[in-house]
Amino acid sequence: MSFIAILSIFVLACFVGYYVVWSVTPALHTPLMAVTNAISSVIIVGGLIAAAAAEVPGAKWLGLLAIVLASVNIFGGFAVTARMLAMYRKKDRAPDAGGRS
Amino acid sequence: MSPAPPVPLQAFMVAAVWNGTVPDPALPLHAAGDASSPWVGLAYLVAGALFILALRGLSHPSTSVRGNRFGMAGMLIAVVTTVVTHDLASLPEILAAIGIGGAIGWIIARRIAMTDMPQLVAAFHSLVGMAAVLVGWAAYLNPAAFGILRSVGDAFTHPVIGAELTLWREEINPVSRIELGLGVAIGAITFSGSVIAFLKLAGRMSGAPILLPGRHVINLGTLAAILVLVALFAAAQPGATLPLIIAITVLAFLIGFLLIIPIGGADMPVVVSMLNSYSGWAAAAMGFTLGNTAMIITGALVGASGAILSYIMCRAMNRRFLSVIAGGFGADAAVAGSSGGEARPFRQGSAEDAAYMLEQAERVIIIPGYGMAVAQAQHALREMADLLKKKGVDVRYAIHPVAGRMPGHMNVLLAEANVPYDEVFELEDINSEFAQTNIAFVIGANDVVNPAAKTDKSSPIYGMPVFDVDKAEQVFFIKRSMSGAGYAGVDNEVFYMPQTTMLLADAKKMVDDIVKALS
Repeated sequence: MSFIAILSIFVLACFVGYYVVWSVTPALHTPLMAVTNAISSVIIVGGLIAAAAAEVPGAKWLGLLAIVLASVNIFGGFAVTARMLAMYRKKDRAPDAGGRS
Repeated sequence: MSPAPPVPLQAFMVAAVWNGTVPDPALPLHAAGDASSPWVGLAYLVAGALFILALRGLSHPSTSVRGNRFGMAGMLIAVVTTVVTHDLASLPEILAAIGIGGAIGWIIARRIAMTDMPQLVAAFHSLVGMAAVLVGWAAYLNPAAFGILRSVGDAFTHPVIGAELTLWREEINPVSRIELGLGVAIGAITFSGSVIAFLKLAGRMSGAPILLPGRHVINLGTLAAILVLVALFAAAQPGATLPLIIAITVLAFLIGFLLIIPIGGADMPVVVSMLNSYSGWAAAAMGFTLGNTAMIITGALVGASGAILSYIMCRAMNRRFLSVIAGGFGADAAVAGSSGGEARPFRQGSAEDAAYMLEQAERVIIIPGYGMAVAQAQHALREMADLLKKKGVDVRYAIHPVAGRMPGHMNVLLAEANVPYDEVFELEDINSEFAQTNIAFVIGANDVVNPAAKTDKSSPIYGMPVFDVDKAEQVFFIKRSMSGAGYAGVDNEVFYMPQTTMLLADAKKMVDDIVKALS
């Protein structure tokens, strides 16, 4: 891809990011940080490319190490986000809300 | 006389001598391997779009769980696409690496206490930063695999046959070198900065700012040096690049450390958001190097997200971003705190007093702060609110944007304690209602209810939007003791108002006692 094409995607994605993030409710700002953490670990793609190319051992090991670090983040980030989001619930949705009072 | 051999062949042979190896004609194909099939590019684009949907889902709690699944799907697509379009020989090692990292991440995510979320996020940021550094270095060491080589022809005249020939050699193309250098630099800054933020948030390092003499000069000088080195790295001959990228990496690690140590604990929400942003830009820089749309889109999203959160945090503290980054806030806490002089009279109450008044009230607004999180009082607090609701009291929660140590931290803690999210309100949505409120119940918060922010121009928190608790009929203020000032180190007039009752105890113990008195 040409540099300009890549730059175009980047600039447009910045605008998308701007509007999407402003629409995130402040109550979910912590999950937002956790999930952005997880998705920024898409940098694992670079690690996978380096690890798959065996002809330069140094680069391969750096790639494998990058995969380990990024995987901690991917699994940890999505799992902790899921754990947090599961806690948010609405009023009167709890099973015992109606009957007891 | 036979015609001279075609020039390219000659050049090809010279190049072979020059490089010491015979260039593989298939090499450019290998490099273009990812881009050769439009399906691959499409898959990365789909992954990027799924990441956008993941963030979009967070606009409401009801859609957020699905959004998170979109994110996971996007990541799966990106990883699988990369693996299947590359050499599969290393697959066992790759799977092992994913397994090790994944298991560690999964276990941490299961076990972490919600109060410790800020330091977890800081630690995760450091990993993204380090991964970016490693990927940058891997790309530097094996540029062919990343498809960032270009052939450079140096024209020369053959000494024997006298023909104009071109000497071909391969080097990392300069634009990629700029992207690579910046990616490594941003990654390294993210790493060391996040490590310091983690240590400060986890309490393993003092939250007090560490102020080096002439730090602004040192910091700006180091940043400028990094930029100059990146430019030199892009322009250098292939043989001269190694010392430059080493210098970039080392200086960037150093500047990340230097940038965060002068920033006090009170500004950590801004720092965590800022590092969130950096981790995104690091991913984006690597995305440029690889020409990978998933990485570029994600980097831009995360970069924007962190930047917006930093902005929201700064606005909520009425601080300028640059003054936060310059650091030093909270350093003169002792001076500001002692301005009150001798002890002033205040009214102290017991849990029974509070319980009695609370059940008489019609409307109660609870203002939780970081002290609630430290005391782990959120569950007891929800119990108290439940008992009050049964007695017909209208209970709501008011959360300041900078309550806690990271954006939205209080909301998560209340959600953990099963507080429904529609009872939790933001500053601007609830602040006008204190005048119609019987009791403002402040637990573990301080600066966010300090009227000095509205009246005292000399106060370090002047201009910060605060809750108008002084407009409520009565204020109950849970605080461990009268001695400690707030995080910003300023005295609070609310303590001494006639309508205020101070409940001096550990937040959890006090709320437990109120619960006992209510039931």
